[in-house]
This record gives sequence, C-alpha cells and structure tokens, in this order.
Amino acid sequence: MKKGYFGRWGGTYIPEVLHQTFVELRQAYEDARRDPAFWKEYVELMGNYSCRPTPLTLAENLSRHFGGGRIFIKREDLNHTGAHKANNVMGQGLLVRRMGKKRVIAETGAGQHGVATATMAARFGFECTIYMGEEDVARQRPNVFWMEKLGATVVPVRDGARTLKDAINEAFRDWVTSMDETHYVFGTVCGPHPFPEMVAWFQSIIGQEARQQILEQHGRLPERVFACVGGGSNAMGIFQGFLEDADVQLVGVEAGGKGLDTGEHASRMVGDTAAPGVAQGYRSMFLQDEDGQMLDTHSIAAGLDYVGISPILADLGDSGRVRFEAATDREVLDALTLTMRTEGIIPALESAHAFVQAFKEAPQMDDDQALIINMSGRGDKDIFTIAHAFDDPSWKEFIIRRGEEYSKR
Amino acid sequence: MKLQSDLLHRLEEKPILLMTHLVLGYPSFATNREVIRQMADNGVDCIELQIPFSEPMADGPVILKANQDALAAGVRVRDCLEFAAEMVAAHPRVNFLFMTYYNIVFRHGEEAFLEHAARIGIRGTIIPDLPPEEGADLHRRSSELGLAPIMFFTPTSTDSRMREVADQGQGFIYVVARRGVTGAPTEMDAGLAEYLGRCRRATDLPLAVGFGISRREDVAMLTGRADMAVIGTATIRLVDEQGPSAVGPFIAGLLKS
Repeated sequence: MKKGYFGRWGGTYIPEVLHQTFVELRQAYEDARRDPAFWKEYVELMGNYSCRPTPLTLAENLSRHFGGGRIFIKREDLNHTGAHKANNVMGQGLLVRRMGKKRVIAETGAGQHGVATATMAARFGFECTIYMGEEDVARQRPNVFWMEKLGATVVPVRDGARTLKDAINEAFRDWVTSMDETHYVFGTVCGPHPFPEMVAWFQSIIGQEARQQILEQHGRLPERVFACVGGGSNAMGIFQGFLEDADVQLVGVEAGGKGLDTGEHASRMVGDTAAPGVAQGYRSMFLQDEDGQMLDTHSIAAGLDYVGISPILADLGDSGRVRFEAATDREVLDALTLTMRTEGIIPALESAHAFVQAFKEAPQMDDDQALIINMSGRGDKDIFTIAHAFDDPSWKEFIIRRGEEYSKR
Repeated sequence: MKLQSDLLHRLEEKPILLMTHLVLGYPSFATNREVIRQMADNGVDCIELQIPFSEPMADGPVILKANQDALAAGVRVRDCLEFAAEMVAAHPRVNFLFMTYYNIVFRHGEEAFLEHAARIGIRGTIIPDLPPEEGADLHRRSSELGLAPIMFFTPTSTDSRMREVADQGQGFIYVVARRGVTGAPTEMDAGLAEYLGRCRRATDLPLAVGFGISRREDVAMLTGRADMAVIGTATIRLVDEQGPSAVGPFIAGLLKS
C-alpha cells in the first residue's frame, strides 16, 4: 500500500510549497519512532507533567443503575489541561524541539487543543499562534482567555463557517509562509500524512494503559470499548490497545446533533450525508454536497463539530473493525446529568457522546462482562457551554448580574 | 503539446506573455463575461478559470472571499462548466485553463471532468492540492486527452524536486514566486532572480511566474527571466473597486515599456 494510506483513505494532498516541509517532518517522525529513548522520554514527561497513567475508574453506581455489564471509565479528563489532547501536543512538542523549530501554530475547535498547545509552547519556550473560528471564539471564551494568559496569540478566523475546518485552512495559510521556523501542531488524526499516523502514535498511550488496567482490575479483556469521534484522536488512542483482540467490540460515537434526519449533525460514518472526498490534505469521508462543497455541521460539542473523519477510522469502519453510532444533543445532556448525579464525574460534552451509546448497550451485557468508556475530557472547565446547554436559570441570572456590574465601570 | 507549442509560438512575437485569473461566478457570470472580453481584447494569452471550492487552502483573503461569495450566490460546478464552454467558443485566441481544488474534480468524477474539459476546448488544469505523488493517474489521463497538467515550482523546491515535478507537467510550469498564499506583494530581488535561474535549468517547459505580480514593474522585471507573468488577485481587487471596465486599461498598462 502507498505510504500514508489506510485502505483507500489518507494520502498527502498538499500544495507543492509544503513538499519539503513534509519531507523533513516525516523524517523527524520516523527517526523518533525508531528511537526507544524518544518514547521513554515522552512517557516520563507525561507521568511527571500530565498525571499519567490516568486511572481506569470502575463506575459501580452506573453499573448497578443499568444492571448489565461492568462500566469502566478511562479518565483522560485527569490529564493536565483536562483532556487527551495533552498527549498529542506534548509528543509533538518533543518532536519540535528535535527539529529545532521555535514557533508552533495550531487550529482549535472547542479550544481544548488550543489550550493544550499554548501550554506546551509555554513549557518548551516556543512562540505560539492559535487559529480559531470566530464562532468558536464566541462560544468558548474561557479557553481563549487561558490561551492568551499562557502567552499565545489567538487569531479569530472569519472565513467560511467560522469553525474548526476554517481554522485548519487558516493555519495552513500561515504554515505555507512560515514553515522554515514553524511547526503546525495538528490536533487530530486527520490531515496529510504523517499527521494521522503520528497523532495516533502519541495517543496510543491511552490504549496501552487501558489494556493493562482492565486486565488488572477485571481479570480479562472488555467486551466493548466506546469513544466519541470528531476527528478521532481519543478514539484511535484507546482503540489501539485492543485492535488485535478481535473479540473486543470497538464503538465510535459521532455527533448526531439535532438528529440525523435534520441535516444538523456531524455524522460521517452513520447516515448517508457523507461521501468520499479530499479536503484539508487527506482523503476520507466528508460531509459535502453533490458538487464537493463542504457542508455546515452542527453539534452541541464544538470538539465534534467537524466535516471529516480520520482516514484510519474510515478504514476501520470499512473493514467492520470499528462500529459507528451517533448520539443526539438531547441524549448527551441526559447522559451527562446521570453521570454527574450517580458518579460525581463530569464528562465533557464531547465525551458524553460515548457515555450515551455505552448506556444503551450496558443493559444487554452480563454482569461479569466489562465495557470501557473513554472519557476524553472533563466538563467542569466548560461551565459556560454546559450551563448554556442546560439553559440553567440561576446561572443565567449570575451572568446577567455580572454583566451589569462590568458595564457600570 | 498543444498549449506549450502555442505559447512558444507566441513568444516569437512577444517578450513576455500574460496569464490572468478569475473566480467563476464572482461577483457574477455577467461580470466574468465582460472581464474576460476585456482581457481577450487586450491580448491576454491564458486565462485561469477558477471553479470555486469551499476550502481553498492555498488562496489568500481576496480569492478566498471570492470563492465564498460565489458559492453563497449559488454557483454550481455545472454552471461553471457551461460558462467555460461559452467563453472558449467566444475567444478562440485565448488559452483557457481550469483551476480548482482536487475535491471538485474527484467528486465530479476524474474521467468525466477531464473529458468534458477537453471536449469544450480547455487547454490545461491547475490543481494546487494535487501533488505528483497523488496525481500521477490524473496527470497521465489529462495528457492523453490533450489537457496540459500544470505543475508547480516553489522557492522551497530542491533542484531534484523540480525535475521530478516537471516530469509530470506539460504546457508550462507555474512558478510560485514566494512562500505564502496568493495576494501579498512579492519582492523582486536578487534572490528571486537566482531562483528563476534554478527553475530555468530544471525544465524546458515555459515558466509562468505568479503570486504577488500586480504592476508593470513586476512584469518588466520578469521579462527575460520568465515566459509568462501571472496576474491573479490584482484583477479581482480591481473589479471589486472599479468595475469590469477598468480591466482592459490595466492589462494594456502592464505591457507598456
């Protein structure tokens, strides 16, 4: 198979001006991958700086509530900066240091990858610019605040749908100018080769840990593993721990938004809105019209609100190794509420999609069987978004009063 | 070979050729029609017809906005194909090329797109996100149909990369004058002259230099060092600001010595 391809998906669809940059990036990545000292340094860094290994928590109350399989939660929310995104950025940070570059750029949707990149840049002493769709800047103000406080420049992108895909285009436009001293820290397992493979490698630490932890705690492998899928990096991270175990069902949960029949969703593998295409440097399934123009997407979770899906996951979907499902905004809020009330755990809206599907399937399982939900991030940092999604009256009153207080000054 | 031999023939008469660009359906096909007429009347040799795409990652703000506005106005690929056929028939002395991103071609079907383009008399295709590694089949098929696949040289291209890229190219090489996206100015300095020398040594194909070429001085500087100057963003900006009737005098002014 051609390098950088996964079945019929992947590739390197880049403007010629980036050719040499990708030659160098592939070389640096392949060298790092061959060097056991690199991975050792990475694991040490993540242990020391980002609380790894993250726990695998047995959710006894939820398990009892559904009366089926034992529910385990992989706690990527306990990473520094609050999500699995830290795994990828710290890995790429080590790589940037090896390549001798001094500046990093990144796109961000929910702001999570932006905050993680800004954190990494502060830690390694890199200059940092984050591209973020104007609409996302508006709905994720707290993350913008942290990025700026961490020393990054946040550039609101006013083109297109003003969301993640437009931020990616804009980051590429920066990169074609600045590639000599700048590395583009791509946030997910999409984009041109080697990004899907490289980001999947850094995220594989989730699956490696989870496999060992479930064997220790449950005595055998889980029946099913659930992960939400936007670009697909947390899903690829945990799935890689179980890909070779044919009996372990791997379930990717996409954003069903307001329902697949409304057109307002971000489901590429479920439903029939998506079609094969090539955009943002790679070939995969994209939400697009008959002409090949990308469609607007919708999700309650900004991190899942994206037109494309990882070429690796598209291939695993083709082969049937990964099953895809979709969860609606409404279902997500219900699952979030239940998880908070019964376990005292607050998943991010993105992660709550995986909880929805796990909750649907847990009752069908026996009580000696286990399932794992990858909790890709924590929700408490997204208080503005989640309070807004719940339409919480006392929160709104607080915001109104605080707003009045500020406007008086 | 049609395009290359036509350009070489023209170069016997003129010191440097001109290629211009527009985004189909922006601001309207009616305006496109008038702009193309003015370009053709003033002796433009090639015109890039850009079929709009929602994710034009290699384009700067002006062309990006033109893409978005055209799509927002409801421009469809089939409208672009029909309009192109009309223009080719109306202006037989101009070489028309399709410029677009790969997904437009892919979604339409490579074979159907290329056959249609060839049948209506388009001379070549410019697809900036389709490098030789991914485009070998499409480029081969284009050549069979008499469509020149246009390849890119850039300031970051090594000498060996230029030779590799040129192997799949026909018609001419699109020489990207600097790093970055379309629309920002390009400094005409010793570095550029050295780079153009490197390009010249890497291929026998004519060299068309674009990105940041907008003034008579730019075109004069390229004369003798390149075969064709590519004016992209500058005409879109001009039409935005002064309307289509400003295009003719602008084009004529570029070639005055």
